[in-house]
Amino acid sequence: MGVKVLIVAEHDGSKLNASTAKSVTCARGIPDAQITIAVCARDAAAVAAEAAQLVGVHSVIKVEHAANEHALAAILAPQIAAVAADYTHVLGPSTTFGKDVMPRIAALLDTAQISDIMAVESATRFRRPIYAGNAIVTVEIDPARKIVGTVRTASFEAAATGGSASIESASVQVELPTHTRFVSVSAAKSDRPDLQTAARVVSGGRALGSAEGFKILYSLADKLGAAVGASRAAVDAGYAPNELQVGQTGKIIAPELYVAIGISGAIQHLTGIKDARTIVAINKDAEAPIFEVADIGLVGDLFQIVPELERLIG
Amino acid sequence: MKRILVGIKRVVDYNVRIRVRPDGSGVVTDGVKMSINPFDEIALEEALRIKERGGAEEVLIATIGPADCQAQLRTGLAMGADRALHVQADGVIEPLVAARALLKLIEREQPFLVIVGKQAIDDDNSQTGPMLAALWNRPQVTFASKVELLDGKARVTREVDVGLETLEVDLPALVTTDLRLNEPRYVKLPDIMKAKKKPLETLALASLGVEARQGLKLVKFDPPAQRQKGVRVKDAAELVDALKKKGLL
Ligand SMILES: Cc1cc2nc3c(=O)[nH]c(=O)nc-3n(C[C@H](O)[C@H](O)[C@H](O)COP(=O)(O)OP(=O)(O)OC[C@H]3O[C@@H](n4cnc5c(N)ncnc54)[C@H](O)[C@@H]3O)c2cc1C
Ligand SMILES: Nc1ncnc2c1ncn2[C@@H]1O[C@H](COP(=O)(O)O)[C@@H](O)[C@H]1O
Repeated sequence: MGVKVLIVAEHDGSKLNASTAKSVTCARGIPDAQITIAVCARDAAAVAAEAAQLVGVHSVIKVEHAANEHALAAILAPQIAAVAADYTHVLGPSTTFGKDVMPRIAALLDTAQISDIMAVESATRFRRPIYAGNAIVTVEIDPARKIVGTVRTASFEAAATGGSASIESASVQVELPTHTRFVSVSAAKSDRPDLQTAARVVSGGRALGSAEGFKILYSLADKLGAAVGASRAAVDAGYAPNELQVGQTGKIIAPELYVAIGISGAIQHLTGIKDARTIVAINKDAEAPIFEVADIGLVGDLFQIVPELERLIG
Repeated sequence: MKRILVGIKRVVDYNVRIRVRPDGSGVVTDGVKMSINPFDEIALEEALRIKERGGAEEVLIATIGPADCQAQLRTGLAMGADRALHVQADGVIEPLVAARALLKLIEREQPFLVIVGKQAIDDDNSQTGPMLAALWNRPQVTFASKVELLDGKARVTREVDVGLETLEVDLPALVTTDLRLNEPRYVKLPDIMKAKKKPLETLALASLGVEARQGLKLVKFDPPAQRQKGVRVKDAAELVDALKKKGLL
């Protein structure tokens, strides 16, 4: 068997998540890899058609079942583990979707997992961050077992579209559990760009002082066409919803521009923005650690600077 | 007995500035402060609250690691756990091994709920919970921000990339904690004294029939790439100019 990589698609039932295209780029870094994307869904047609367009993908397999309506790890894992028999590698994105399902797959395949792959050195050797990104470890895995990993999406560009992979259906004969049931999801509806893929992000910290105070960031973000992010302190205090948290235990992002406003720059926060192209920091404390990573730093009171900035941008 | 099992990992305290050893053989851990993984404190706090509400009779904590880990188990007992299990093992304990060992403890102790952290902040693996749930063949709810116990079931809200998702699972089940599930209590001095008398049992990993297999060879450790030193601007107008120069406006 050559190098055959199976990628577990992330999607919402109708559209492919951008994390999948980034996982494809990671997989393309594995020498001689033949890449297949598995789409588990109730009706996988639309998502599979989108996946088939990603450049570098050899084939797409639809794994369809009524129980796949919602992405429940306990239900998806045995199906992927069954499909994985024909592959050397199984990859998924290091998003909450992938972090939930991939280790469950790895355990069913009786193999260790490589989390947050940031670089591929060979088919068996990868680099990944540990200790909130304060160290990078190179790991080597025994090819005798299946290689299961999650892809740190901020480390890879999305694969281009324009390809035309074949689409097949897999018939998977495994018993699916009924012990886990979807109840509801509350996703904030927003016209702003998605935090995880936005080219620009305006992020606020504890200094904003209230949910009301946070509004000046939304207003600036709209001027810039940016997504809004937040520190843990801001989320814990209820100024911003949890899905906006950036950092070691929130989202790891790689925008062109990251503007940190009233954020001190704790290690756990910086982990989430290490790959941002340009970091701007606005903070009244000239000694704040955020300035150690900022490309452009401005010391001052955010409540003065932000409205002025918005006015100057026009 | 209605029992909750909580996984506790000893990790370098989150306030320690991590440095990679110059020879690339690992990170400096000699003499640094060690603590309970923050997500495991949250896990234990949740278990204690469930017990205090009458939803459980015993809170059991367990760790797999070297002898030093007993310090963190004592802290857990001081927080309020009833009993501790120390599975003695030296060297690297990968998530799959930790999960196998925890499974053996589940088989012995028959908890109706197992709570572990969503990730250990040293290796940032975020694997043990789902692996354990897979081996146990039971439900998992990762990244929990709210846990409600109903009759034979649990309704758990989880923090996902798009917002909040709620699942209902049959018990027994496994839950992994996210930051906003609760705020762990502080340990009081008298509790530390009392904790010394609480039961702490030590078992050898091999006696559970679990092999400390290492699936990943750690080839080398490097410090992360450093960012270039930036510039300071004096006001909003200069900031706008600087952004324009970079083609960002
Ligand atoms: C296990 C664990 C995981 C964590 N994960 C994350 C994570 O994923 N993401 C994350 O962000 N954090 C995380 N944290 C928390 C992290 O350690 C910090 O506590 C947090 O990032 C601080 O948020 P902050 O910068 O908003 O608040 P603070 O540290 O309080 O900083 C506020 C800043 O605002 C500045 N300021 C105040 N007033 C003004 C003003 N008027 N104008 C301009 N500046 C002003 C201050 O000088 C200060 O620098 C985690 C912690 C732990 C223990
Ligand atoms: N050696 C261990 N002993 C006890 N619990 C562990 C151990 N390793 C991991 N865990 C639990 O699993 C969680 C996730 O760890 P990890 O998969 O390593 O990120 C931790 O927060 C702990 O609750």
